[in-house]
Amino acid sequence: MPRLPRRTMSAAQVSARSDPHAGGCADGEGGQGCGAHPPLQPSPEALITARGLGVGFGGPLVLRDVDFTIAPGEIVTIVGPNGSGKSVLLRALLGILAPRRGQVTRRRGLRVGYVPQRLHIDQALPMPVHRFLSLPQRHGPEAQARVLARVGVPDVAHKQMTVLSGGQFQRVLLARALLAEPELLVLDEPTQGLDQPGTAAFYRLIEAVRGELGCAVLSVSHDLHVVMSASDRVICLNGHICCQGTPQVVLNAPEYRALFGPGTGGALALYQHHHDHAHDHGGVAEPATLDQQEGHG
Amino acid sequence: MLDDFFLRAVLAGLAVVLATGPLGCFVVWRRMAYFGDATAHAAILGVALALGFSISIFIGTLVVALVMAMTVAVLAGRGWAMDTTLGVLAHSALAFGLVAVSFLPGVRVDLTAYLFGDILAVNRVDLAVISGGAVLVAGLLVWRWSALLTATLSEDLAHAAGLHPARERLVLTLALAVVVAVALKVVGALLIAALLIVPAAAARALARSPEAMALLAVAIGAAAVLGGLRASLVWDTPAGPSIVAVAAVIFAASLPLGVLARAGARP
Ligand SMILES: Nc1ncnc2c1ncn2[C@@H]1O[C@H](COP(=O)(O)OP(=O)(O)OP(=O)(O)O)[C@@H](O)[C@H]1O
Ligand SMILES: [Mg+2]
Repeated sequence: MPRLPRRTMSAAQVSARSDPHAGGCADGEGGQGCGAHPPLQPSPEALITARGLGVGFGGPLVLRDVDFTIAPGEIVTIVGPNGSGKSVLLRALLGILAPRRGQVTRRRGLRVGYVPQRLHIDQALPMPVHRFLSLPQRHGPEAQARVLARVGVPDVAHKQMTVLSGGQFQRVLLARALLAEPELLVLDEPTQGLDQPGTAAFYRLIEAVRGELGCAVLSVSHDLHVVMSASDRVICLNGHICCQGTPQVVLNAPEYRALFGPGTGGALALYQHHHDHAHDHGGVAEPATLDQQEGHG
Repeated sequence: MLDDFFLRAVLAGLAVVLATGPLGCFVVWRRMAYFGDATAHAAILGVALALGFSISIFIGTLVVALVMAMTVAVLAGRGWAMDTTLGVLAHSALAFGLVAVSFLPGVRVDLTAYLFGDILAVNRVDLAVISGGAVLVAGLLVWRWSALLTATLSEDLAHAAGLHPARERLVLTLALAVVVAVALKVVGALLIAALLIVPAAAARALARSPEAMALLAVAIGAAAVLGGLRASLVWDTPAGPSIVAVAAVIFAASLPLGVLARAGARP
């Protein structure tokens, strides 16, 4: 794998390299690495702000010292190894988990579209897709059909949730999140179970939706290269925030490399190249959809 | 018209299943069967206290059922091993209630009426209390339906949609306590949980949406009340157990029907 060319290094990356905590993330050293991200500003229009957030389940904190904010329209991606507290962070930010330390403030009446990492629907509960999409707010059949077509599952409205395939289920979860016309989309590994063209199309769809709704997107993903290229800001998490910043900054941060190894750099460079081109097209002619046939025709 | 004891019994039974139908669905969806048992068994303790302090049986059972339901809800929130905890609570509440009744001075209490119900002895006041409580619970469930259903599906999704799952849990807890208090006279403490679960379980096999399941549970409950009361009239069987027995027969019949319905729905 080719390394990122040296000339793309920014001053921020250089400062990250000289960080005394270099490579010290995995062992639990605290502090915001990288040194490149501006300090947390208390901004009135921030959708969610967390300060000194700590979450635990009786035992030691699984997440600590998290300062976080997300602005309207911002795309923030959280990366980190399994068990590093990514889902816990999302659930604490949404108010599902009560923080043990610090505090979380959400903007009043914030509309959130949430795709959880796991959703188990009990066999005892009959739940057709069209009913699921109307929980808790009702949405008419036309709106439902439109959004189902958009996420690439136009024919499932009358199926039971429990008979859907993993990928179909995931798409329906996204459809429900989109129907809320969210100001903030919170996606916990949303592309799990999607086929490869589906994954690529998924991120295009998210970008298109953000273009239309202007919503912010906070997601967790293991598709490092794809996600990184499409994010405004990446947060590298391992029980605390190891480092955060623009994708390039994080990619070159020693804390990130300590967690993911240097190998991912080359892939990102390729994707970034691709991504830059995509932006040259300017206006989008037709709305992006998550077509299941994509890539076969 | 309400002079007829049989008519009063029918109306009381129908009122109760109006509440137990939808509430029973939540009990089944949330796997709270033991929760219903613990609360219902605690009613016997309520009977003992009510007789001991000479207050209304309805108030006594309502208070004790509320305390029990709240206790269980709090323990559940703390992450206790619910299966065991509820089993212990359910049976000790019954045991302590039976022991407490035996201590009552001077009164020879006929416990069968409280254990198995005494629907044929429902008077006008009972009927008013029963239907009032049942309509209250049914109305509460209809009013909070969407929030209750979302919180039942997933508390995480409910939180993200700006709802408060803890509040919805409280609504169900209150509803359960009221239902126990009003259903005591109809089917008795031992079979209240059955009246919650059996019609809902029978409806599950036939329903394809949560609303359909709740309505079907009411319909099945109503059929069980009519069938059970008729059976008790014809064969002189105990009314409460007969109602539950008819519901159980409908449940058994629903299983093959459900298989057929699903096969028919497939293209
Ligand atoms: N409900 C819970 N009770 C107890 N511990 C929990 C709970 N939820 C999460 N944890 C613990 O918190 C830690 C972080 O979990 P989390 O689900 O946030 O990981 P993650 O970063 O999302 O991992 P993955 O990539 O596998 O999804 C884990 O050690 C996990 O065991
Ligand atoms: Mg996770």
